[in-house]
Amino acid sequence: MALLGIRDLAVSFRTRRGTVEAVRGVSLEVGRGETLAIVGESGSGKSVTSYALMRILDAGGTIKAGEAVYGGVDLRRASEREMSDIRGREISMIFQNPRAALNPIRKVGRQLEDVLLRHGRATRQDAKARAIEAMEAVRIRDAAQRYHAYPFELSGGMCQRIVIALALACEPKLLIADEPTTGLDVTTQKAVMDLVAELIRERHLSAVLITHDLGLAAAYSDRVAVMRHGEVVERGTAEELFARPRHPYTRKLVAATPREGVGVRELLPPEVRTPPPPARPIGAPLLQVRELVRSFPGKQGSVKAVDRVSFEVCDAESVGLVGESGCGKSTTSAMIVRLLDPTSGQILFEGEDIAATPAKRFPRDPRRARLQMVFQDATDSLNPRWTARACIADPLARLGDLSGSARRDRVEELADLVGLPRELLDRFPHQLSGGQKARVGIARAVALEPKLLILDEPTAALDVSIQATVLNLLVDLKARLGMSYLFVSHDLHVVRLLCDRIVVMRAGRIVEQGPTDRVMSAPESDYTRSLLDAVPVPPAQGAEAPAPDPDTGQAQGAPPPRAAAS
Amino acid sequence: MTDAALDRPRRSGTLQHIAYVLRDNPVTLLAFAMLGVILFAGVFGPLVAPYDPFASDASKALQPPSWEHWFGTDNLGRDVFSRVLVATRLDLAISVAAVALSFVVGSALGAAAGYWGGWIDRLFSRLLDTVMAFPLFVLAMGIVAALGNSVENIVYATAIINTPFYARVVRAEVNIRREAGFALAAKLSGNSDLRVLAVHIFPNALPPMMVQISLNMGWAILNAAGLSFIGLGVQPPTPEWGIMVAEGANYIVSGEWWLALFPGLALMLAVFTFNLLGDGLRDIVDPRMRT
Repeated sequence: MALLGIRDLAVSFRTRRGTVEAVRGVSLEVGRGETLAIVGESGSGKSVTSYALMRILDAGGTIKAGEAVYGGVDLRRASEREMSDIRGREISMIFQNPRAALNPIRKVGRQLEDVLLRHGRATRQDAKARAIEAMEAVRIRDAAQRYHAYPFELSGGMCQRIVIALALACEPKLLIADEPTTGLDVTTQKAVMDLVAELIRERHLSAVLITHDLGLAAAYSDRVAVMRHGEVVERGTAEELFARPRHPYTRKLVAATPREGVGVRELLPPEVRTPPPPARPIGAPLLQVRELVRSFPGKQGSVKAVDRVSFEVCDAESVGLVGESGCGKSTTSAMIVRLLDPTSGQILFEGEDIAATPAKRFPRDPRRARLQMVFQDATDSLNPRWTARACIADPLARLGDLSGSARRDRVEELADLVGLPRELLDRFPHQLSGGQKARVGIARAVALEPKLLILDEPTAALDVSIQATVLNLLVDLKARLGMSYLFVSHDLHVVRLLCDRIVVMRAGRIVEQGPTDRVMSAPESDYTRSLLDAVPVPPAQGAEAPAPDPDTGQAQGAPPPRAAAS
Repeated sequence: MTDAALDRPRRSGTLQHIAYVLRDNPVTLLAFAMLGVILFAGVFGPLVAPYDPFASDASKALQPPSWEHWFGTDNLGRDVFSRVLVATRLDLAISVAAVALSFVVGSALGAAAGYWGGWIDRLFSRLLDTVMAFPLFVLAMGIVAALGNSVENIVYATAIINTPFYARVVRAEVNIRREAGFALAAKLSGNSDLRVLAVHIFPNALPPMMVQISLNMGWAILNAAGLSFIGLGVQPPTPEWGIMVAEGANYIVSGEWWLALFPGLALMLAVFTFNLLGDGLRDIVDPRMRT
């Protein structure tokens, strides 16, 4: 018998605009020692399903129908007392953001002790030893010393290990991991997922892995269930699903996942593909960064966040700036876009040293319009009190020479250009979906027709299918507006799709740069190789050119926002 | 939210939104209804008052509440109801002026401190800490005593003691948004620092400020009444709740309770209304509540 059985589970949320059916009739089974991956995009109901199991739904959420049975216990009807025994001891959960899951003002060792003591797994006398044991079990080196660390003193990966140690402290039989590695670097992601997989095998755990990343699901699970709009649309083993996706939605998801040997156009469903724009010949250097240094005052003297970085971006070229968090890529791009002053070095833009103008005075500089940026988090980069129209019009009003109705027309033209329906222009950011917000951000950045556009992980927060359309939009815009790109990202597979050349950074320095094909196929530095190897790759797709499906006709205009209950 | 709901036109959003906030929370509705009554009394009080608030009539002194005089009459035979009604305007004017003043000054100081940090922050923060180090009511008394005994100075004194609260809220709100993506994006769009602060960042501090304003209105009314109560500021025979309570207090021992009770109730009601108002106001100015 399966350890966990879910039958026809339905969950709904009461909101201001009526009831939202977040989960509609989901049936799943997890056997003993089995890992099930639930894959889906945001709003698919994958997290809500797991919250419903643990009975930790947000206010307004109720299980309307169906049943969930764990080891003979009906989770839907169990009393709150029974549930609190089950949580942690039988079913345990790893949450998305490890830092938020830990108490920021308590030593991590103490937090482990709390759990051990609470569930009677340790006594006052041996609690510390047990906590250190638990930390060693999740491969934390120098556990005795790290015992005294506060969460802020540990890296994201280390925090996630502590969270895993907490989740496993009471030896649960079922582990639910909700996007356990979102926000972690690829190499850290690999280390954490390898650890989780090893622990699962060692302790014969069952697990539910909730993720939006098909590659991750394929690499670390036995079976995969694909969810959309609160329903399971397809299930099977990872190999089956990737080699022969049956449901149109699965096909679209598989196709939209960036992977080796696939061009940016091929991420889109075939019926909306357009021929690639003609490539402009790469011209003279547009941006030359020379010996750029930026240091910040630290505890022990100054720390060089960027250390003698030199590279260039030519006219009509796309250069990828790749590295993991803390490598200095964001500091570098902030200096180039003139939000930050370098400590030393030159930034030549069209032959002039723009670093000579302080960042404070640059907003009024005539060159401001020619150098723009698309920010990482579209939600954060839009003023919550401004409508999309006001956001896009802002640079036109400040730096452009259009007035009144001409400006209004230009905003609508820009909306058309980035594929944002005009009627959405009067909405506030929170009324737009992630993809729509990304389009607003892009429209604002290209409003003044810049020569160089810096893209700071523009798709990091987006679902894969929306990422695919946004990446294609960026390719088209570059050709139409004659721009050059500096694409900052941690994801080599995304960078590969767009860039002619790649610059790899680590600890403030450039470790490698060269043409994309060469860097991807024959990396010179071990670091680049480790980055490439860390990305979980979905199994190769069997049959090319899946049959066109009626479902994806609306793929171009980003789908309407759904209640993000997850 | 369902897809269909999002496609509906949302032109008259603001009014609909206010209606929603009021419907959603009966307490807010009650607070706004009471605010309506207070504002009505403030604007039309002198017109609808049944008697002249200054007209004394020795033959009718100290009469208990009756159909003729709802709140009774005072020691000079003046109608207490008319006086309470007419006093609304003065009390409201003092507190609104004081709150507006401290809002503007506090916002400017706090926003500058939060945005630029460094020595500006240190200077402003210490300055405001100094104000807060005093018992605020005593400080207000001192200010009125030093500046001179007038309504105007009550406004200044009340404004000064309330400024630090605004400055602190704004400083914190601005500080967390200083490096937000939309602030950086605004700089890239060609906004100067001052514009980024005033047009992009500061309006985002408004929702918590609304709570502060409404709580502060209550304090300001109490403060003004308190100063009058101890004989500073507004002078008799001007109808004002604080003075009326002070004058009426002498008669409680002899059994004429209505002299102090009704102006006191009015005061309480006003403070209560403004305290309740906070949440509703915040929901109204927050665009994110408009789902």
